[in-house]
Amino acid sequence: MAFQNKEVIKKLTTVVIGSTALMLSLSVNAADGQLTIVTSFPSDLTKVFKKAFEKDNPGIKLEILKKKTTAGVKYIQETSAKNRTDLFWASAPDAFEVLKDDSLLQKYESSVKGLPDKVGAFPVNDPDGYYKGFAAAGYGIMWNERYIKAKKLPAPAQWADLTKAVYHNHVGMSAPSRSGTTHLTVETLLQGKGWDEGWKMQKEIAGNFKTVTERSFGVPDGVNSGNFGIGIVIDFFGLSSKGSGFPVDFVYPTATTLVPANIAIVANAPNKENAGKFIDYLLEPNGQELLLDPKIRRLPVNPATYAKAPEGFPNPFKDSSIGAAVKFDLTKSKNRYNLVNSLFDVMITYRLDDLRKATKAIQDAEAALAKKPNDDAAKLIAEARALIAKLPIDEAKSLDKEFAGIFKKKRKKATDKVTGRQAEVEQEWDKFVVENYAKAKELAEKAQSML
Amino acid sequence: MTVKASSGFLSRSNFGPKALAILIALFLIMFLAVPVAKVFIVAFQDPSTGSFTLINFVDFFKTSLFRESFWNSFYVSSVSVVVASIIALPLAYFTSRFNFGGTVIIQTLGIVPLIMPPFVGAVAMQLLFGSNGSVNLLLDEHLGFTIPFMEGLNGVIFVQSIHYFPFILINLSAALANIDRSMEESALSLGSNGMRLFRRIVFPLSMPGYVAGASIVFIKVFDDLGTPLLLNVNNMLAPQAYLRISSVGISDPMGYVISVILVIFSLFAMWVAFLALRGKDYATTQKGGGGLMKRDMKPAEKFIAYAIVLFILAVVLSPHLALGLLSFGTIWSYSVLPDAYTLEHYAEVFSSAGDFIKNTLLYAGMAATIDVVIGTAIAYIVWRTKIKGRKILDYLAMSALAVPGVVLGIGYLRTFYQFDVPFKDIPLANYWLIIVIALAIRRLPYAMRACVAALQQVSVSLEEASESLGARKMTTVKRIVIPLMTGGILAGFVTSFATAAVELSATIMLVSSEADAPIAYGIYVFMQSAAGRGPGAALGILAVVIVALGTYVSNRIIQKANQKNAMSPDQH
Repeated sequence: MAFQNKEVIKKLTTVVIGSTALMLSLSVNAADGQLTIVTSFPSDLTKVFKKAFEKDNPGIKLEILKKKTTAGVKYIQETSAKNRTDLFWASAPDAFEVLKDDSLLQKYESSVKGLPDKVGAFPVNDPDGYYKGFAAAGYGIMWNERYIKAKKLPAPAQWADLTKAVYHNHVGMSAPSRSGTTHLTVETLLQGKGWDEGWKMQKEIAGNFKTVTERSFGVPDGVNSGNFGIGIVIDFFGLSSKGSGFPVDFVYPTATTLVPANIAIVANAPNKENAGKFIDYLLEPNGQELLLDPKIRRLPVNPATYAKAPEGFPNPFKDSSIGAAVKFDLTKSKNRYNLVNSLFDVMITYRLDDLRKATKAIQDAEAALAKKPNDDAAKLIAEARALIAKLPIDEAKSLDKEFAGIFKKKRKKATDKVTGRQAEVEQEWDKFVVENYAKAKELAEKAQSML
Repeated sequence: MTVKASSGFLSRSNFGPKALAILIALFLIMFLAVPVAKVFIVAFQDPSTGSFTLINFVDFFKTSLFRESFWNSFYVSSVSVVVASIIALPLAYFTSRFNFGGTVIIQTLGIVPLIMPPFVGAVAMQLLFGSNGSVNLLLDEHLGFTIPFMEGLNGVIFVQSIHYFPFILINLSAALANIDRSMEESALSLGSNGMRLFRRIVFPLSMPGYVAGASIVFIKVFDDLGTPLLLNVNNMLAPQAYLRISSVGISDPMGYVISVILVIFSLFAMWVAFLALRGKDYATTQKGGGGLMKRDMKPAEKFIAYAIVLFILAVVLSPHLALGLLSFGTIWSYSVLPDAYTLEHYAEVFSSAGDFIKNTLLYAGMAATIDVVIGTAIAYIVWRTKIKGRKILDYLAMSALAVPGVVLGIGYLRTFYQFDVPFKDIPLANYWLIIVIALAIRRLPYAMRACVAALQQVSVSLEEASESLGARKMTTVKRIVIPLMTGGILAGFVTSFATAAVELSATIMLVSSEADAPIAYGIYVFMQSAAGRGPGAALGILAVVIVALGTYVSNRIIQKANQKNAMSPDQH
């Protein structure tokens, strides 16, 4: 018995050691055509492009590192000394601006010509030539048809609709700090409506939130599974969910902007040539057509590709109403990138419960007011609303370089002076916000008791 | 009970074992002690000046989000223990107090939850028990109310308690089974019975077992990263550590502060469990048979008992059921069941997920091999030699239990970023081998205990006999000791393999590319796209099958080995 067991162990050991050696040796002979891409795109998209590109270019093997936009930027920053990444491939142009400023990208002139300069109101490529747009996306609202039918909700059409009391506890969204596309959505709202009005509307919508999801995908996921009925998403999430068969629909509100999704070659890329080939592939008609795949559904930048799109597919080159209303200022967005992240989180994400309760109190009071008009109560409610909308800083401060610099999470040089620690400022804001929400709730409840 | 060989036989050079001990110590220090120490150092370091400071901890406790996360983790872990106990108590009561026909079901209940890691079923549970999930849709339609099973922290508590209650059940059952019948008889003869008997005799005697089980469950829930992440609950300690490190950066001190807190709590829970099991005061001198007196059930009692057991069985099986439905369903949106069924998802898994499976087999296999080799070596060194300081090796290896996966991952990232793998020019922290090492270190305590148990069943006299016949130490070990330990070693290997295959916490921190990812990470990634839910669930089922097979095979091996030992004559 013991002898047999020994044989078994011997065999096992040989097999394990043998296969390990085999694996190691196989990996030592890395494919000589290699390309490393850091991307925030889901595998539904990367899979399709990887297969098609590798088929067209048999000598090159793609290695895809999937990271959220913020994590991807962080990764490239942290590995810059020993850079191994060839391409950064993500939606948000402001993430590319952050990298461009850190001198972590390199210029590239694509061999594909004839693509338009603008899509909607936004330039397709970086004017300085560091990053290229290969698809466009806008922001909008998606909803679950079964859900709204069951709960008898009207289908939304504009951002302002989402502030209505009927949608309380039915809306989902991610946070700008967790999702590049959500950051763009919030900035679009801020730039489209102005700093004060934009935040006011943002908070009114947030008062109707069921949840702030951990990542942007959590929103279409929640709508698809019926967890919540309405989601604020980037268009391809809505369109691709619909394309995959889920009972959902999507609409662009008027105040939206079409922003290109981008790709850029990282500075000191080990495989610069292959990187260029990949970018060219994305911009060629074949690559552009891949964007129409039902699981991808992004807007191509090549107008001719739309001829192959299914019916009802939005076409920004034909329909000029999409994305023309807001002129997106990339520099503004870049300068207050981290600050907006923090502000959203402190005022909304971390205090969602307080905000929700205060909003519900106000909505209940307003419903009662509609039945029994009362000037004093109306005044209290208006005060309550103003308290919720109050901001700890104004737009001027948000653009103040020194103040915004506090929110650079990583101070690169000791000479970068900041006036305080980020934790301190956030704690100040938190106190401000908690007080105001509580007071707003109090006032609204007082108003209701008067009616 | 193990008699150490007298030094006369060990007078031949101790060089072999000594060198081995030093090598193993070096491995453990480099891959366990140093990364954890690094984490502690960074937590206490001022990020800009590098000097010792408590400011990071001050910042942590001043920030409301972190205070909330700390409290939430504590709350979730405690309530999970309570809920798990509520599930386990009636089951333990039925099996220990009565001649209950459903005992087999209860024994199955003790294993079934453990074969599916909580994060795998978490997403599927959302679909079944979420606010617009199957159960609530039915409740709302017919009874007009819903139950927030999966809202926020409740979701985490629900999923974790269903998964971890077997720990309490097993410990409690064992404790109850060990109560000497004579204790109960004496109490009865003195006039105490029923509630009073339970309160003053049974309960205190079974406490140690219960406390041991409860502290294990507490710490496992406290440290778990995968489940909150997949349920989108971020205001708990482990997800916050992960988010800080991945979004804010490897230099963000908060991730390290959280790690320190996690380790301290782990150590505390282990200490509590240790104290509970050490109490010699609870030992009873053997008189009558083990266990309380069992009586038969009246029909009404039988009915209630079966009802309760079957209800618990249904709840416990729900993650498996939900996962199965998700893996076969086409579209499951705002409805009680999926719209239609298909085999497409499995087809996709087998065609595109081959890499994940290959990686899992490779990583788990290597990790399990490392574990049994080191485990056997440590077992031998500690229990059969007299090398100074050998106990330290044991403690060092066991200390891996106190290090949560998240912390190990962060420690590795921080420590090994500067080192490049030779010949490959990649930082060690990004190379797939580091995942193997992390898995090996995390599973080592269990494998080692299996090897120690196996070694203790090999009588020293066999070694003495061998050496008295002239065999050298090395030959004795190779041809007598190890072959006799085979059962235990194999069991340790298989258990290590099965649990390493579904580890997520350390893996998610260390995986740098999908091509290098094992199955657990694959499930996580798949669950992140609308079209990926089905294949993700199919992959999850595959992972469950791997673990279930592993558990079954390991149990069979142990049973066979036990039979063999029971039959062989002289054993002392």
